[in-house]
Amino acid sequence: MGLSSIQGDGGGGFWLPRAASTGAGPVDALFYFILAISVIFFALIVGLMILFVVRYRRRAGQGAQASPAHNTLLEITWSVIPLAIVIGIFAWGFKVFMDLATAPANAYEVQVTAQKWSWLYTYPNGHVEDVLHVPGDRPVKLVMTSEDVIHSFFVPAFRVKRDVVPGRYSTLWFEALQPGEYQVYCTEYCGTGHSDMLSKVVVHPPGGFEKWLDNASNILNTLPPAEAGERLYRTRGCIQCHSMDGAAGIGPTLRGVIGTQRAMRSGAVVTADENYLRESILEPQAQIVAGFEPVMPTYKGRLKDEEITALIAFMKSLKSENGGGQ
Amino acid sequence: MNLASSHGEAHDPHLAHHFPDAPTQFEAGKLGMWIFLATEILLFGGLFCAYAVYRANHPEIFMYAHQFLDKVLGGVNTAVLIISSLTMAWAVRAAQLGHQRALVRLLSATIALGFVFLGIKYVEYEHKWKEGLLPGTRYTPTAGESVSATAPAAPDPAPAAVPAGEASSIAHAARGPAGLAGEPADSQSPAAPAVPRNVQIFFGIYFTMTGLHGLHVIAGMITLMWILRRAVQGEFGPRYFTPVDLAGLYWHLVDLIWIYLFPLLYLIH
Amino acid sequence: MTPQDATHGQGAPAASAENALGGDHYLNHGRGVWSWLTTLDHKRIGVMYLVSILAAFLLGGVFALLLRTELLTPQQTIMKADTYNQMFTLHGAVMIFLFIIPGIPAALGNFVLPLMLGAKDVAFPRLNLASYYMWVAGALFALISMITGAVDTGWTFYTPYSTTTSASVISMVFGAFILGFSSIFTGLNFVVTIHKMRPPGMTWCRMPLFLWGLYGTAIIQILATPVLGITLLLIIAERVLGVGIFDPALGGDPVLFQHFFWFYSHPAVYIMILPAMGVISELMATFSRKRIFGYTAIASSSIAIAVISFLVWGHHMFVSGQSNLAGMIFSFLTFLVAIPSAIKVFNWTATMYKGSVWLATPMLYALSFLFLFGIGGLTGLFLGALATDVHLHDTYFVVAHFHYVMFGGTVMGFLGGLHYWWPKMFGRTYSERWGRLAALLIFLGFNITFFSQFVMGSQGMPRRYYNYLPEFTAYHVVSTLGSYLLGLGFLIVMIYLIHSLARGRPAPANPWGAATAEWQTASPPPHDNFTSDPMVDDPYDLERWRWDDRLSGYRLDAAAARPAGAV
Ligand code: HEA
Ligand code: HEA
Ligand code: HEC
Ligand code: CUA
Ligand SMILES: [Cu+2]
Repeated sequence: MGLSSIQGDGGGGFWLPRAASTGAGPVDALFYFILAISVIFFALIVGLMILFVVRYRRRAGQGAQASPAHNTLLEITWSVIPLAIVIGIFAWGFKVFMDLATAPANAYEVQVTAQKWSWLYTYPNGHVEDVLHVPGDRPVKLVMTSEDVIHSFFVPAFRVKRDVVPGRYSTLWFEALQPGEYQVYCTEYCGTGHSDMLSKVVVHPPGGFEKWLDNASNILNTLPPAEAGERLYRTRGCIQCHSMDGAAGIGPTLRGVIGTQRAMRSGAVVTADENYLRESILEPQAQIVAGFEPVMPTYKGRLKDEEITALIAFMKSLKSENGGGQ
Repeated sequence: MNLASSHGEAHDPHLAHHFPDAPTQFEAGKLGMWIFLATEILLFGGLFCAYAVYRANHPEIFMYAHQFLDKVLGGVNTAVLIISSLTMAWAVRAAQLGHQRALVRLLSATIALGFVFLGIKYVEYEHKWKEGLLPGTRYTPTAGESVSATAPAAPDPAPAAVPAGEASSIAHAARGPAGLAGEPADSQSPAAPAVPRNVQIFFGIYFTMTGLHGLHVIAGMITLMWILRRAVQGEFGPRYFTPVDLAGLYWHLVDLIWIYLFPLLYLIH
Repeated sequence: MTPQDATHGQGAPAASAENALGGDHYLNHGRGVWSWLTTLDHKRIGVMYLVSILAAFLLGGVFALLLRTELLTPQQTIMKADTYNQMFTLHGAVMIFLFIIPGIPAALGNFVLPLMLGAKDVAFPRLNLASYYMWVAGALFALISMITGAVDTGWTFYTPYSTTTSASVISMVFGAFILGFSSIFTGLNFVVTIHKMRPPGMTWCRMPLFLWGLYGTAIIQILATPVLGITLLLIIAERVLGVGIFDPALGGDPVLFQHFFWFYSHPAVYIMILPAMGVISELMATFSRKRIFGYTAIASSSIAIAVISFLVWGHHMFVSGQSNLAGMIFSFLTFLVAIPSAIKVFNWTATMYKGSVWLATPMLYALSFLFLFGIGGLTGLFLGALATDVHLHDTYFVVAHFHYVMFGGTVMGFLGGLHYWWPKMFGRTYSERWGRLAALLIFLGFNITFFSQFVMGSQGMPRRYYNYLPEFTAYHVVSTLGSYLLGLGFLIVMIYLIHSLARGRPAPANPWGAATAEWQTASPPPHDNFTSDPMVDDPYDLERWRWDDRLSGYRLDAAAARPAGAV
């Protein structure tokens, strides 16, 4: 069974993935300590078991030998030693946990919003993305809440995880060791798209983060509306439910929607003009497209007018495959 | 094959074949009943915990909302149940002494008092219903000026069952207020400081607790009616009164739970 | 007529009563389906439970194999995401509520408990039958839920997901509610029976360890299950009436639900393991042909586990946002509750020392238990430690942990007990050769299936994932192949057990030479359990039982038998 020796340099070990945050080291040390204890005790128990089974195997004409039915000293020993060990493990685990519980004061703060089934990261300047970009040279604190059900934010490489609960804020912090991309998972079951509720942390090298943020928060001014709209489409979570390739997902595809006649659940038929698209984003429950569930969250108050305009521009640019659409 | 029975001697018709003697059977029954009562208390225990958690975190809701409960009706109901406990205890005594007619009368009185309790409870519930003081999404108070920040303004016309899919009150809920955690800063409504937010929580707790208790009262009454029937047929006497005794224990428990519910819900300071 | 009938009048009490399927016994005492459905006989109720829970196990197992097949590839393999989510919920719910919680107590316990006490029945036979029908009713509601859209919440029913999903939650939750009361009444029955119906010779310190296990279990069933009941009722109230106690949109607190749920469900894991531990104690003693080592420690550790188990529920919520103080207390108590289990493991191992270890099929399961529960329990230490649990929570590491303890622990104990008492229950023996082969296959298949899950879990693979990243494919493929092997093992068990019912050789009264009272009556026992009062003084005095070739079983050696009460 592999112990810490297997842990390679960059790639992570047999047991644990690469440790990429300042907090990961202490956690891993504890993990391997418990592993060692476990292996020792397991080997002891199974070793004795095999030994006894072989040595005292039932043989013809030979019963059990006389031996005591209890031994107080022995029994106390094998109660007290494990007790001492587990108290040690407890104390260690608690200490590491507490060391990692409070974020350093100089941490860079990002707001995280979880919703079925995407993560949105809001930076102090109001910019929103679906990928978490962070500076590599200082600790980062996430202030998280959920729009619907409970989710959980998990980055294995950082050894951090925290439930994201509707109606309250939970926090988590980490300080990355090296620039790079790290996987984010949702680890609280949240429905159909739970296993697709993935995201990434991009750790920038020193100085890189500020540059990225400047650029990214300016797309409405620096890019043509349709392109900016496409960015928003990807970063605001629309893409989680609406494909761009014509296939229906959780929501209808938005390729080639503009100008078509849309059948509603209520039986009404509506023409998909700009106003319809706008209403669909702001009041998604007002009219439900036939064949779909009313699960789309409202974006009222979460998208600025210009952003909606850009989104609509982008949707208009999505022509249907056979040249239909507008 | 002859399964020689070990209960060979004089047959006590109430002694089951697997018990060695009547006292053991009686004790077993009694122990079983006590354990069952413990599980009932634990069942309510969960609700009392929920009560404690919300009361500790949001005392203002309880202070405000309990005014809408009718202390007089609640008090009368408490008295009714206490008296019914008395008649019940008396009935057990009558069974032990073999006072057949007294037993039947006292059991009937207990059941009647149960009906009185339910009647008063019905009146109370109806008031709440009319005033829209209902739990959760159905909380639409007509009386006070109180409107909860998050409850929808229009009464929900839907019948009892929440239609599938439509149920998602969650999707609209941008930043709802917190339960155990503190209030999120950005959703405080500055208006109407006198009326706390989320009053509907109180009525949620009120209706689940009194509702579950009411179901227990009904269950107790059904049991008592069955006992009454057997009593009328003259089954009980000094030699055999276990069922009366056990049903009595159950009735006292139902009574006891109310004695806790009344101050916790009606008399808040 | 079988040769065993020739053993009348050996002088030894009941050990050599007339028997295997010759005359009148509980199986043919009263014929027809109706006599079974209305029976008050604990043995028949036990058998009905056995059949029912095995059906549930089969169903849960089929769900499991479908799950594993889906996970063969990172993307869709055989089903859609929603189907997968329903599948693991049903797998978990069926296995937990329908199979493993009632498993040992209600099926094996019901059959064995009165026999071990030398009694005629449990204290409340009617209540016992009612418990069974409550099980049936609960199972029906679960089935209704499966037919009408199935739940997709996970067996934990976390709010607010469970109160808002459009799946058919109410019937499943109501089913679990009824099953809870079935379990409470079984526990109540056992506690009263053990308290009031022990025979004069059986003091608390001479009670067989299986009964200690059942007693500890019953205490938890009585004290924890009502809280589950109210919690489930609250979910229903939320869905039907919109009460809002768990709904953050209405000022409620969704995390409160988790406290309620785990307040029951952590003790419930000991409801699952304690009876299995009781079985293992019996098996270890019998098949080492030796007095159990450390009787007092094993018995009292069952009670210690039952008591402490109520105080550790928060270890399922280390990352849910409970306070650091709460985390600390729960972590500490979690480690404390591990010690009684460790004590038991050491005592079982020591029991084999200088014994005469007989590797019959039940013993193979007992040894598997030691091996697998060791791994499962030790990995609990990783989860109990705050810092490591943050990383491991809700990954496949947890999935592997609980399969090692529930399957490697409880199911192994169940299978061991089933093979041990099988001859007593049905009066026939099964094929030892197939029995050992299947035990081996199950052991291997199990490790292949679930060990790989420890590794992928600590590498970060989250649980309840329909799609997964390609880097985890290899682990999943190994796991799936292992599960097929496991399925094959169970298929063999099923076949030879059914074969045994029809064709098995008639079983002796005491095939294993165990000293507890149930072996002193015929196999299968008569309707009233015993034709003469059994000896119930010392449940682990195996010395006085001698092999008898004519019986191909054990016989009480009058010479070796000490006078009752002189232990
Ligand atoms: C039969 C059921 C069973 C049993 C017996 C156990 C036993 C234990 N469990 Fe487990 N557990 C579950 C079933 C069970 N568990 C389930 C179903 C879940 C997940 C539920 C879900 O989320 O769906 C779970 C989840 C779970 C968690 C939450 C994980 C998470 O979600 O983050 C934790 C955390 O502390 C935990 C800890 C433990 C511990 C410390 C023990 C201890 O009691 C183990 C004690 C045993 C030993 C220690 C081994 C034997 C001893 C030795 C070999 C000697 C040497 C010993 C020492 C040195 C100490 N379990
Ligand atoms: C007792 C409990 C129990 C048992 C025995 C099992 C058995 C198995 N389980 Fe599990 N499992 C759970 C309880 C259990 N499980 C729980 C509680 C969850 C969590 C659910 C949730 O997340 O909500 C879970 C989740 C779970 C997952 C995770 C799903 C996910 O998170 O996405 C997986 C994946 O591999 C899995 C696989 C298996 C497999 C392959 C088996 C196999 O071992 C099954 C093999 C069995 C058979 C093939 C049946 C054969 C039976 C017969 C032939 C009947 C006749 C038998 C006799 C006569 C003896 N289970
Ligand atoms: C949780 C999934 C989800 C997300 C996220 C989501 N939608 Fe939707 N959307 C749906 C569903 C389901 C429907 C169909 C039902 C309805 O009309 O509400 C829909 C309908 C629509 C429609 C009407 C489509 C038609 O075919 O007539 C538009 C336009 C739309 N969404 C735009 C958006 C935009 C823009 C975003 C992002 C800013 C977005 N959606 C995010 C699920 C989602
Ligand atoms: Cu979000 Cu799982
Ligand atoms: Cu637990």
